[in-house]
Amino acid sequence: MSAVAEERNTRAPWALTGPALMLFVGVLLVPLAMTVMLSFHDWGQYKGIEPVFILKNWKEIATDPYYAEMFWRTFRIAILTTLLTALLGAPEAYILNRMSGRWKSFFLLVILGPLLISVVARTLGWALLFGGNNGLVNKLLMSAGAIRFPIPFMFTETGMVVALAHVMMPFMVLSVWAALQRLDPQIENAAMSLGAGPLTIIRRIIMPQIMPGVLSGAIIVFSLSASAFATPAIIGGRRLKVAATLAYDEFLNTLNWPLGAAVATLLLVALVLIVVGSNALIERRYAEVFR
Amino acid sequence: MAYLELDRVAKQFGAQTVVDDFSLSVGKGEFISFLGPSGCGKTTTLQMIAGFLDPTRGAIRLEGKDLTAIHPAKRGLGIVFQSYALFPHMTAAENVAFGLEMRNVPRADRAERVRAALAMVGLAGYEDRHPRRMSGGQQQRVALARALVIKPSVLLLDEPLSNLDAKLREEMQIELRQIQRTIGTTTILVTHDQNEAMSLSDRIVVMSQGKIEQIGTPQETYEKPASAFVSQFLGKTNDFAGTIDRTVSPTQLVAGSWRAPAPAALGGPVTVSVRPERIGFGDTGLSAKIITRIFQGNHWLFQCDSECGPAIVIRQNDGTVQPAEGDAVRLTWRPEDMSVRARAGA
Ligand SMILES: Nc1ncnc2c1ncn2[C@@H]1O[C@H](COP(=O)(O)OP(=O)(O)OP(=O)(O)O)[C@@H](O)[C@H]1O
Ligand SMILES: [Mg+2]
Repeated sequence: MSAVAEERNTRAPWALTGPALMLFVGVLLVPLAMTVMLSFHDWGQYKGIEPVFILKNWKEIATDPYYAEMFWRTFRIAILTTLLTALLGAPEAYILNRMSGRWKSFFLLVILGPLLISVVARTLGWALLFGGNNGLVNKLLMSAGAIRFPIPFMFTETGMVVALAHVMMPFMVLSVWAALQRLDPQIENAAMSLGAGPLTIIRRIIMPQIMPGVLSGAIIVFSLSASAFATPAIIGGRRLKVAATLAYDEFLNTLNWPLGAAVATLLLVALVLIVVGSNALIERRYAEVFR
Repeated sequence: MAYLELDRVAKQFGAQTVVDDFSLSVGKGEFISFLGPSGCGKTTTLQMIAGFLDPTRGAIRLEGKDLTAIHPAKRGLGIVFQSYALFPHMTAAENVAFGLEMRNVPRADRAERVRAALAMVGLAGYEDRHPRRMSGGQQQRVALARALVIKPSVLLLDEPLSNLDAKLREEMQIELRQIQRTIGTTTILVTHDQNEAMSLSDRIVVMSQGKIEQIGTPQETYEKPASAFVSQFLGKTNDFAGTIDRTVSPTQLVAGSWRAPAPAALGGPVTVSVRPERIGFGDTGLSAKIITRIFQGNHWLFQCDSECGPAIVIRQNDGTVQPAEGDAVRLTWRPEDMSVRARAGA
């Protein structure tokens, strides 16, 4: 009896997680493994993809400075985007948290609302406002005589950073918001009663405690920005490529799937290393705040 | 001469009056407790003294100076919060040092005072621990050290012991009282635990629904409760319905078959309150039947059914034979052990 029950006990978890596990293996692990394998295959203009095992694509990425520059640009944009969201998002979350009931829910909705709108639509909005001579803002400023030439936005890294930061802001605000909820509601009063002014309270008491939230928000924003496709595709087009748009181009325009696969794999590996590494660092540094 | 003075202080949140007509003067070095049920406005009153809330009406003065005009950061009061509100990213020593840093106390001096403060609350050697790695009682001590190290003019404690288990709470009560006696800081403690209020304070302020019911020493509030609320709230009490009979001479107070010469001022229907430990078993008095008898070590607890409703009697376990369950008994007490109030509506 008990043996049967025990056997069922060991089998039950597998049976229950089975469907999800199969889905995970089927739609994530298998394609991922195939992509990695694809990156070792050969490709030629006329012969197409040859299923052999060579390091040609990897060698090309390692030696051609074009790729180094492109990856460097990708991460530079991701870092700047992360900094911008942290700089704006953390104070935003703090102010939001101090608002009273009704306003708080209203502004939280304002911040989260954009998540309901497609990234493409939001980015196209920027293009409409700043797209060269025809951009609404550019036209307005030029006719007002404030500027003589349109503000360069499309096909610039600055434009990409601004548009990405706009898209990523909710993730940072939510992450900091969650950290703020963990604060003791009396902590500011406690600091005040000990003689601390408002700036000291923010710098010495609030900031150190929400830092883990800012950093975990930064990890989310960084990895999403480094692998973002829609925004760089619209703002940067084919003139200013990042890793994701380059991989896309190799797959769909050049049809050099193996090279595209190598770019995608490298982006994935780099991101995983950065995210896992920084996460470990953060957890060690802030052990006492988390525990 | 009053050190801290609250003069007809009131606080309204919108239309709701949470504290009303609160007047109290606290002497220097005194230990005062605010005692009352949940939601009666204890925290609100304390926060007005601390400056986190502004009173709607009334004045708060410290040594004659208007306290409400001073920013909370400049009042120099020590506050211990119910949740402790320690800074989790700082060690115990850094937590305690924070207030000194804000006062620009030189580093060497600071270290010495932090060490002394932690030693005073029994936490020597815990300087480098973070709060999350400390027990509730230890966090509580850090919070106390942090509030005391700045040598506050008044120490405000908002239910500081309510998160601790019974045994630890008792230990901390004793320690708190000792520390307060030693350094002589004027202290206001908020609590809804009557034992805590009685064992710690010089005077108790009993509050109900934002109003002061009684201010007095623990003994006064227990033995001479000013209202039915106070007598019910502070310990167990028996309320018997009685009448004062003025047709006989001398006038008599009658409760069931218990009778005594009536107190002068009153007439008609009254409520007679007697503490359970002041009732004895005798040959005459209120007739009652013992429903349950509970042995509690140093005393017996009897629940009785009397002519005037349920009654509780507590008897010292002094070795005498006690009546058993089901016995018919007579309950009696000395007239000076009861308090008699006019009974409304009867
Ligand atoms: N900011 C506020 N806005 C509106 N009402 C409030 C506010 N703060 C407190 N109250 C109300 O004031 C009343 C008294 O609150 P207070 O916190 O002073 O009670 P308390 O005596 O400390 O109770 P407890 O023992 O539960 O801590 C409560 O009815 C509460 O709902
Ligand atoms: Mg309270």
